[in-house]
Amino acid sequence: MILTRRELIAGSAAATGLLYAPAVLGQGKPKVVVIGGGAGGGTAARYLAKDSQGALDVTLVEADPVYTTCFFSNLHIGGLRDFDSLRHGYDKMAAGGVTVVNDRATAVDREARTVTLAGGQVLAYDRLVLSPGIDFVEDSVPGWSLDAAEIMPHAYKAGPQTELLKRMIQAMPQGGTFAMVAPPNPYRCPPGPYERASMVAHLLKQTNPTAKIIILDAKEKFSKQALFEEGWGKYYDGMIEWINPEFGGADVAVRPDSMEVVVEGVAQKVDCCNVIPAQTAGRIAAIAGLTDESGWAPVHPDSMKSRIDGNAWVLGDSSAQGDMPKSAFSANSQAKVAAMAIRAELTGSRLFPAKYSNTCWSLLAPEDGVKLGASYEPNDDRIASVESFISDTGEDAALRRRTYEESLGWYAGITADIFG
Amino acid sequence: MRRCAIPAALSIAVASGAFPVAASEIGDPLRGAELFAEECSACHRIGPGATDATGPRLNGIFGRRAGSLAGFNYSRAMLRMGNDGLRWTLPTLDAYIENPKALVSGTRMAYRGLADAQARGDLMAYLRAYSDRPQDIPEAEPTARASAPVLPGWILALQGDPGFGEYLSAECTTCHQRDGSDQGIPSIAGWPEQDFVVAMHAYRQKLRPHPVMQMMAGRLSEEEIAALAAYFATLE
Repeated sequence: MILTRRELIAGSAAATGLLYAPAVLGQGKPKVVVIGGGAGGGTAARYLAKDSQGALDVTLVEADPVYTTCFFSNLHIGGLRDFDSLRHGYDKMAAGGVTVVNDRATAVDREARTVTLAGGQVLAYDRLVLSPGIDFVEDSVPGWSLDAAEIMPHAYKAGPQTELLKRMIQAMPQGGTFAMVAPPNPYRCPPGPYERASMVAHLLKQTNPTAKIIILDAKEKFSKQALFEEGWGKYYDGMIEWINPEFGGADVAVRPDSMEVVVEGVAQKVDCCNVIPAQTAGRIAAIAGLTDESGWAPVHPDSMKSRIDGNAWVLGDSSAQGDMPKSAFSANSQAKVAAMAIRAELTGSRLFPAKYSNTCWSLLAPEDGVKLGASYEPNDDRIASVESFISDTGEDAALRRRTYEESLGWYAGITADIFG
Repeated sequence: MRRCAIPAALSIAVASGAFPVAASEIGDPLRGAELFAEECSACHRIGPGATDATGPRLNGIFGRRAGSLAGFNYSRAMLRMGNDGLRWTLPTLDAYIENPKALVSGTRMAYRGLADAQARGDLMAYLRAYSDRPQDIPEAEPTARASAPVLPGWILALQGDPGFGEYLSAECTTCHQRDGSDQGIPSIAGWPEQDFVVAMHAYRQKLRPHPVMQMMAGRLSEEEIAALAAYFATLE
């Protein structure tokens, strides 16, 4: 008998199915609960529902019925994008077979495999996916707390904070000072604070050209540094001052009541202060007991499965996976690997090797975009960077415009990929 | 020896993986530390607070332009190479350590070279731990070597299989929209298979200039390109 290629494949798929006989022997369809409807959770939920074609019961838990993307929110601050363009609902995801529950998860019982919501509902799961983004480390900037975020916004979770920060910038007096306290590593979107400084400078240049921007930074260097510094010199000459640890950037406190920043013990009055604190995994990851002493959730590099619980996955910013930066692109990439691995366990579908990639675009000024990217592969202990690239300084305006247009295309693409 | 993580457990690969596809480590950083002490430390310092000595400090060497540390008195040859664009990466450092004069003819580094490729890998793994971490500086030099695609036979048998292509396409659809919309990033839906294959190979050979696509195509096998072409051809 001569087997055709198709028959051979069908045979091996069947064998695989036996090997991966659904671990869940209860009644009904296997249940996957996804917590967090952003780039990681949204993508995972949508791909699980789409690719399992009804074989899985997929529930997405997201507090906000309309999600505001943190990526591209700097462009709103710069006046280059309206707020509504950052907002995405879950109608298409629901139409695609995902049960969307607009509530907040407050507890996870990993023994009983249940998630409890603020509204009292209890969801049972066979597999749990956590993609809750970031939370802030209390007291990482002395004098600042979450309560102070109404006076000194972080604007590092997009939404009302983004609009608040923009209003405060617009209300600055002529020649006033905007201060940013930049976060220590690791944090969401490595180039993000510096793109934000560029966009704040662009906004101020129109209406308040003698204003100053100071960035207080505990880091000795940052992502895309040469590109940002070149751009700042070109577009906002003398407006932006980066204060690194050598000049006191690592010894910073704030006084929200008097709108002061204190650098090496010396207080300075400012007119707007953006405090981006140190970060940790979204709270529910710690509540679920899936984080380690680093504050992040360790995962297996070939699947994004938790190293602590074989029935749980952690995606995106909250995960500790190795070399990938915390970005929407990374979370989206990780979610597809996770969705495939979960389907393989629950339905016996085919398992392909994990591949990961990331690209980060940043805008220096209108139509002047730059990017970096890398590809990654899992090895024994981490997701490892195996190739990287970055835009060059001195590129011509046509290439920079093209990079900007490409970033717009990416935004349209990834939001369609996440939300349907 | 801070930050030289020892792979935690071999069980990881067993736990969820079924594939030999994995990035390979540059080398063994512990062995590299011993080599550094034997071969390099007479002239070079590395680690917290390291300063220049007979040779420049090696913190942050990966990604650094040759001859670019302010305050260090480099040879004219090294400065010239830096101005010509030499940057320290895995391949360039490897060549330099193997035979310094092969890369920088007039270098002052009086070192006979390290012939053993494994030893060079170990040494570079040690050095790499003191340069930028990609998690924080994503454009930093890689920390591992990419695997040659080693795929199980049953995947190879799926040549041109749109189902395999659909899985692989998840990586494309982060940017290229499935419905064919074209907003700053071109549509690839409904492309003739041949055109798709030819274009991907042109990126692989870096004949087409786009760095994201060069990177994406660069790690696709022939079979994967065929599967993707088959899938995208089916989209209207």
